[in-house]
Amino acid sequence: MSVRTLEVDGKMITALEGQTIFSAAWDSGIHIPRLCHLGGLSDVGACRLCLVEIDGQKRLQPSCMTKVAEDMVVRTNTPALRAHRRLIVELLLAERNHVCSVCVLNGACELQDLAAQLGVDHVRLRPQYPTLDVDLSHDRFGLDHNRCILCTRCVRVCDEVEGAHTWDVAGRGKNSRVITDLGEPWGESASCTSCGKCVQVCPTGALFSKGKTVADMRKDRGFLRYIVTAREKKLWIA
Amino acid sequence: MPAKPKLATVWLGGCSGCHMSFLDLDERLIELASLADVCYSPIADVKHFPEGIDITLVEGAVANTDHLRDIRTVRARTKILVAFGDCAVTGNVTALRNLYHLDDVLHRAYNELSITGTIPSLEGIVPRLLPRVLRVQDVVSVDHFLPGCPPSAEAIFEFVAALLNGETPSREGRRFGA
Ligand code: SF4
Ligand code: SF4
Ligand code: SF4
Ligand code: FES
Repeated sequence: MSVRTLEVDGKMITALEGQTIFSAAWDSGIHIPRLCHLGGLSDVGACRLCLVEIDGQKRLQPSCMTKVAEDMVVRTNTPALRAHRRLIVELLLAERNHVCSVCVLNGACELQDLAAQLGVDHVRLRPQYPTLDVDLSHDRFGLDHNRCILCTRCVRVCDEVEGAHTWDVAGRGKNSRVITDLGEPWGESASCTSCGKCVQVCPTGALFSKGKTVADMRKDRGFLRYIVTAREKKLWIA
Repeated sequence: MPAKPKLATVWLGGCSGCHMSFLDLDERLIELASLADVCYSPIADVKHFPEGIDITLVEGAVANTDHLRDIRTVRARTKILVAFGDCAVTGNVTALRNLYHLDDVLHRAYNELSITGTIPSLEGIVPRLLPRVLRVQDVVSVDHFLPGCPPSAEAIFEFVAALLNGETPSREGRRFGA
């Protein structure tokens, strides 16, 4: 595979042809914020947190969806980008009901961490307070729509790694919801194997193990790298 | 700011946890007392919110008619108003009832679950709940936000010390929840 050279935040980096800006930057120690991207899963460009500026392009581009090119000049952390990212996080927090202090993932949540990292110390928008369901029909896991940010990591891991394709997104706009099978309760899903992969990759407290209380849930994504390495290299190594 | 700035803290719709965290300053309370005059606080015996306060920390969301009246007075008499803790900043647990109709919440809490079985209503004594819990910023302008449930004693000290020095407190390490 041929190698590409590009400039990211003033630093010359090399990347493989076909690699995304996001992953090339991460490999070089430049950590672009993200919520929907997760290494080992396909990319969908849903959250827009990874937007970057590219010389010669008027529009901002999601770095997880944009491939590197020779001599590309990319900026990942300008004041304008930081302002956009702060607003995206505020929109996510205002859209549903995020009450960190009583959330299962308090202290280990990617959205909560990102808010802190970006300096979001309050939400300028008016919270929507939608009335949303919690699905506790599954034996081992729960789904709390109040905390879901529609990143679709659950949809992708279940389809691409577990091969069950239990999850999908139904509805439009503010009525969008993740659903199991054709919208029946998770506990009645015929396709779910109860593997728990969706719970582990969910960045927020939306998917959790039953029995976990406030700030009690911790997520472990080690399995994903293990499986992806096994697929790509035909070797069972971590 | 005058030689010794005037500091106040108020408690609206919150659990008092932010004030407990404030008390966790322990011996640094003495240091704070040398930096500022604490003129009004739920932990001090002062009846009325004084005029000419430099910095006020507001714990809690605006949940009833008393809070609404008080926060307006506090704002009018304060130079730098700080939303102190998640209830003041986001509504937090206090605003959980916003997911339901107020009548249903009162019915559940008092008719169904309380020992007396009646909703307390003494005009002029028991303040009426607002239909929706409001964040402090929904009612008055807020100059600074110190999130956390509660903010740690360290965060409070650094924040207040920076304000007393006339600096803008850094946003470093501030977060919602724990
Ligand atoms: S999912 Fe994350 S951001 Fe939302 S309430 Fe839970 S800890 Fe807070
Ligand atoms: S537990 Fe496994 S099979 Fe069931 S929905 Fe989650 S990822 Fe899919
Ligand atoms: S349930 Fe979790 S993983 Fe699935 S879309 Fe919502 S936030 Fe993302
Ligand atoms: S990480 Fe690129 S759009 Fe979400």
